[in-house]
Amino acid sequence: MSKQASRQPDVDIDESSQPEESKSPVTTGAESVIRALENDGIEAVFGVQGGAIMPVYDALYHSDIRHITMAHEQGAAHAADAYATVKNKPGVCMATSGPGATNLVTGLADANMDSDRLLALTGQVPSDMVGSDAFQETDTIGVTAPLTKHNYFADDPDSIGDTVGEALALTDEGRPGPTLVDLPKNTTLAETDSEPGPAKAPENARAQYIADTEAVEEAAAKITAADRPILLFGGGVIKANASPVARSFAQEYEIPVVTTMPGIGSFPENHELSLSWAGMHGTGYANMAITHTDLLIGVGTRFDDRLTGGVDTFAPEAEIIHIDIDPAEISKNVHADYPLIGDATRVIEQLDDAIDQKPNTDEWQAQCQAWKQAYPMDYATPEDEPVKPQFVVEVLDEATSDEAIVTTGVGQHQMWASQYWTYTKPRTWISSHGLGTMGYGLPAAIGARVAAEDTQEVVCIDGDGSFLMTIQALSVAVRENFDITVAVLNNDYIGMVRQWQDAFFEGRHMAAEYNWCPEFDKLAEAFGASGWRVDEYEEVAPTVEQALAYDGPSVVDFHIDPEENVYPMVPSGGANGEFALTEDQL
Amino acid sequence: MSSEDTDDPPNHGLKGPGPDERPQPDGRRNDQGIRIDPEAEAKREPRRAVFSALVEDEPGVLSRVAGLISRRQFNIESLTVGPTTIEDHSRITMVVEEPEPSIDQIEKQLAKLKPVIAVGELDRDAIRTELVLLKVDGSEPDKVHAVTDMYDGKTLNAGHQTITVQLTGDEDRIEHAIDAFRQFGIIEIARTGDTALARGNKATVPGEKPGTANEPTKPRNIR
Repeated sequence: MSKQASRQPDVDIDESSQPEESKSPVTTGAESVIRALENDGIEAVFGVQGGAIMPVYDALYHSDIRHITMAHEQGAAHAADAYATVKNKPGVCMATSGPGATNLVTGLADANMDSDRLLALTGQVPSDMVGSDAFQETDTIGVTAPLTKHNYFADDPDSIGDTVGEALALTDEGRPGPTLVDLPKNTTLAETDSEPGPAKAPENARAQYIADTEAVEEAAAKITAADRPILLFGGGVIKANASPVARSFAQEYEIPVVTTMPGIGSFPENHELSLSWAGMHGTGYANMAITHTDLLIGVGTRFDDRLTGGVDTFAPEAEIIHIDIDPAEISKNVHADYPLIGDATRVIEQLDDAIDQKPNTDEWQAQCQAWKQAYPMDYATPEDEPVKPQFVVEVLDEATSDEAIVTTGVGQHQMWASQYWTYTKPRTWISSHGLGTMGYGLPAAIGARVAAEDTQEVVCIDGDGSFLMTIQALSVAVRENFDITVAVLNNDYIGMVRQWQDAFFEGRHMAAEYNWCPEFDKLAEAFGASGWRVDEYEEVAPTVEQALAYDGPSVVDFHIDPEENVYPMVPSGGANGEFALTEDQL
Repeated sequence: MSSEDTDDPPNHGLKGPGPDERPQPDGRRNDQGIRIDPEAEAKREPRRAVFSALVEDEPGVLSRVAGLISRRQFNIESLTVGPTTIEDHSRITMVVEEPEPSIDQIEKQLAKLKPVIAVGELDRDAIRTELVLLKVDGSEPDKVHAVTDMYDGKTLNAGHQTITVQLTGDEDRIEHAIDAFRQFGIIEIARTGDTALARGNKATVPGEKPGTANEPTKPRNIR
């Protein structure tokens, strides 16, 4: 296994270490804020103007940093979050005080749950007015403290730039996550010539990157001795840029791989060792493997309840090796027999060095292959019925390159997008996992577009309910002529709720019917995007071709089978091994 | 509904053996996610743990700590906070009552807070003490003074109607004292909750190097 594949630097070192010969000296707190972003190599910021943040925007006027004005602050946070994931750099969003800041909250909570590198800069009323219920005042620090790694009230113009630098560095120290700097207007307006130094994470937040050697050796011995080992790759594998080492490790020791949903793309799903992803709507074969394994090697996963199902039946015969950079994730939800605290890349390399002999997994691999045969993800396509959403996803996948980026909202469409698209590269699956934020998809597509290479297609697979929640962002895509394709899997329902109502609430569709949605193709045209509507199978592929070929934002409103459900399904708290394949098995 | 006999998937749903037709493992985990070993299955009872944390004395640090405890539903008995000999550093002492895995989680989650420099659970033999102010009916001053003396208390104020005493000590001593004062009628009471230091040369917080008179305690982050 290659020893070069160590942790990638977070920013391009050549670029960030260039002398700032052409930069004019800082004169205000606001300029110091922007200088801190420039020093860290930030190229793009997503935000919305407003009273208390105006001085910072004014400083941005003279900067080379690109600002993408969003239609709503929630979209700014999601766009910056997706930008961060695609670009492998911190994403930055900006908003004013009060409603601007509270509108960011959903995006911060989302980034916090998914450990994304997001910095939020919020305006605040002048510090002598804080606490007086001033116009557009809100306790942003209080509101966002539970949703951030840390937040800062920057009321000193001389240190404001260093504070922003520290907040940026903290997004990526150890386990990534969001931070926020609240900027009172008097501080950003104040005169200062204090240039921010290099961004440094606070001493207290320094993480452990190398795992304890003895623990590694114990775990290595367990791997050699295992009969039915499984590698479970979580989102942390991607965040640590560990996909290449993780992949070599799986191949070298011939251990079947299951991912979590955020871990999609960490291991190529077309690889013979891949069992796709496990959990509530994971594949039957992944859930069988995770149920019957005798050694579960979890990397960068927090054993979320949507993955484990009921903890009592989760991998009940397995010893667990848990690799994570956050010690608080060890034995939080599922007990780790062999905790290895450290960076995913480093620890996998440590394990690789420590393993003397690979496990004999021939029989186990054959069993996993047999489960693949037994539980295929095939679906029916009756020609006289409405189009199946799975078919749309597969057509989109085929029409795009391996580098194409998929963003989604939350619900049934998200599950089909993750089940029926074959992901082979990290940072191509961009979704809202832990928080489950409907409306994430479109602003995320905008952020992904700004971050992606021109050759990468950006496809937002959305639901009718999700699309409606942040549809105002389409105006941004039109203004900037962003080349994104929105595929709405429209079933006239808030579909996952409808599926649960059918399964668990005797079919009472309370507040789940969405047949009042606008005609999205026409609405797209009204925004200035191009729009199509698709009702028949034969229209799917040609329309997908046209939409992808269109240079700018395009929306295809696919009217799909409204009764289609997502399977397999492990009911909440159920046993992964007892996943249902049809409604009557629930 | 198994569709093994046909090659086609059903119109809604997937084919394959149903849940009843699949092998299911016998093993189980308990609600703390620990594999149940029949030989060593023991229900974990809540226990009392005392944490000491060195924190940066910045605005909002107490609310960050309290917020963390409340949003993760940890059961907290008391929390005290005060400055140390180092400028900008405070010590928080916290008593919680939780079963084992949660106690571990509290420590790890606290350690993740940025203003927390270091945190650790104190040993059983740690020095723990609490301060209590008690206001009792003043009509029997001699008896009140006798009980106060018995528990090494201090009379802070004695008027015609009320007597206020100060008590310090560990939990047992305080509880016994309060019981003894009940006979006079306790009018008001204020308790600080435990504050604590490790015994002898031991560091109170991991990585904390106990200081000397000339060179006071310096925190050292060993994480």
